Amino acid sequence: MSLSESVTLFATCIGDLVTPETVEDVERALQICGCNPTPATGTTCCGQPAFNAGFHRQARAVARVTARALAATRGPIVVPAGSCAAMMYRHWPELFSGDRDEQLVRAVARRVVEFTAVLADHCDELRAANLHLSRRVGYHDSCHMLRELGLSAEPRAVLGCIDGLELVALSSAERCCGFGGTFAVRYPEVSVAMADSKLDDVVAEGIDMLVSADAGCIMQLGSRAARAYAGLRVVHIATVLREAGLT
Amino acid sequence: MTHDPLTATTFAARAREQLAKPFLRVAVPRATDHAANDLRARFADHDYEGLRARGADIRSATIADLETHLNRLVAAFAANGVHVHMAADAAQARAHIRRICREAGARRVVKVKSMATEEIELNPALIADGLTVTETDLGEYVVQLDNDRPSHIIAPIIHKTREEVRQSLSRVAGRELPDDASELTGFARETLRDAFMDADVGISGANFGVAESGTVVLVTNEGNGRMSTSLPRVHISLMGIERVLPRLDDLAVMLPLLTGAGTGQLITTYVTMISGPRGANDPDGPEQMHVVLLDNGRRALLGTEYQDVLHCIRCGACQNVCPVYRQVGGHAYGWVYGGPIGAVLTPLFRGQQDGGELPQASSLCGACDDICPVKIPLHDLLLRLRRQRVDEGAAPFTERLVASVWAWVWSSAWRYRVVSRIASRLMQISWMRRVLVRRGPLAGWAHGRSVPMPARRPFHARRAHD
Repeated sequence: MSLSESVTLFATCIGDLVTPETVEDVERALQICGCNPTPATGTTCCGQPAFNAGFHRQARAVARVTARALAATRGPIVVPAGSCAAMMYRHWPELFSGDRDEQLVRAVARRVVEFTAVLADHCDELRAANLHLSRRVGYHDSCHMLRELGLSAEPRAVLGCIDGLELVALSSAERCCGFGGTFAVRYPEVSVAMADSKLDDVVAEGIDMLVSADAGCIMQLGSRAARAYAGLRVVHIATVLREAGLT
Repeated sequence: MTHDPLTATTFAARAREQLAKPFLRVAVPRATDHAANDLRARFADHDYEGLRARGADIRSATIADLETHLNRLVAAFAANGVHVHMAADAAQARAHIRRICREAGARRVVKVKSMATEEIELNPALIADGLTVTETDLGEYVVQLDNDRPSHIIAPIIHKTREEVRQSLSRVAGRELPDDASELTGFARETLRDAFMDADVGISGANFGVAESGTVVLVTNEGNGRMSTSLPRVHISLMGIERVLPRLDDLAVMLPLLTGAGTGQLITTYVTMISGPRGANDPDGPEQMHVVLLDNGRRALLGTEYQDVLHCIRCGACQNVCPVYRQVGGHAYGWVYGGPIGAVLTPLFRGQQDGGELPQASSLCGACDDICPVKIPLHDLLLRLRRQRVDEGAAPFTERLVASVWAWVWSSAWRYRVVSRIASRLMQISWMRRVLVRRGPLAGWAHGRSVPMPARRPFHARRAHD
């Protein structure tokens, strides 16, 4: 991606409605990297909750609005949530197979890039921003970002641009947080037990900041930590960049 | 069916019951991590990924032409003097095995661990016929003593503590056995030795059936497979029709994949290959050998979008890595097969009506896809089963209502903004928030978790005013 390229920023529904500050952090990071982000308008959600629950018709109805809105934008579409990016990149073409908007959706899906994958290409700019944060942190891999998009080195490379930050390798980094969309509400006890098996590991490492790049995982682990793991913060990677002095 | 947990309770209820056992959530991850670590360590100098690719190819090519390979297998068995019986369903399979036992005048049966015999619920049928049945795999023996069910495909008592095993075996011994693994296995070995010597019929499953040579292949670590299939007068092997392999050479790929993915072993202590009953000049071996080929819903999957599940070699690796299984164990799944493979097989074998809930009991993390030695796309199969349940109208009414209302609101940027704005305002009112959290759609989320508050100004509003 060239330095001066304009990108479109898709906030995602959780980012838009629940964590707009995180999306602002994302926006700032993209600006520092010279990506010139323009927030997409008229978007709602990628349709993943309905798609994963088996409701394809409903998922299409929602994804169509977002896809059409994004079709009117230009440049790479940056998505600051691994599993939404995976939904759009990998599952949209299948969801719209044979649909009247199939070609439009395919064209949009091809433009989707996950946020840390963009930043990892701009490590020089990030380093030049003199980021500093004296902290030991852990990174939690979003399942879909890791397994459907194959992004594992990229977010770690981004964290590596922060001076003073120690990234602790967690043995459970690649194990699911227990979110799983509707799964978290359908089976709350199992979902929370899964979160605990992860957070216990984080606490055992003496870490008080867990970083991820997926709004779903962050909401799940953060909400559980707020209730049962005092002092442990679960934050988006863009927020870490801001706290490291990215302005 | 005597007691069927699958239809008697829900996954949620069974999972809660399992979560209440603190030992389970320690023991299952410990044991399963052990297998995964061994796999990494022992296969470090081997091209495991290459082996996986070849295994996936072998399984997919075989299943794609299943009838041809089955015909060859049946012909090869017949040429070796093996009696072959076709069983369309569990009842037919049970009937074949009961008849063979009756005709042999059998009184005592020994069994080798077999998920297929669990699937057809063989033991209660044989016991009802007055036969004495003894499971000879140590884990299955303890399951039988406790009137329990296996909770893992290859480690049936992964859910039990050593103390529980000690107590069960002490009951048989009639004295308190010491809390020592080798003493406990020593006692079981002595007890089982008598069962082997006295048995009239030995019943096994089949890890593979080789079409080229008419060979039943069994892998075990305890030697009970060899004893059970060579000492009794009659050997019966119950084999799922999908377990066929075309050539003996295929075993060079499939055996290390099975043992590696299953237990982290390059090869098991015993690999038993049986190609027929005792020959005229053989000093030992069974006088008769029977193979019962079990369909029980397998053929119906050929040519469907679920065909790939027939590639499964029952190694249990997907259970080991499944974050849901690791918390709740195999019994939560309610039937024979637990974990991701169980969540796929159960609705396919038992129908959406009985098993349709299980595909929901997954966070769709995809770890099962990554580990499967024959690359079954379990994640996609779970998604297809979820979609099928919705398409067939089998999803509960409230679920359909929520999905439709959500889709109506979220499929217009205008409605999305207005409704989310109203929701945000309502959530700022403390009594309203309490109602939504306690009784509304957020009640499930609120279990053990704080409820995230919608932002007062969403991102789209912030940018609109800039």
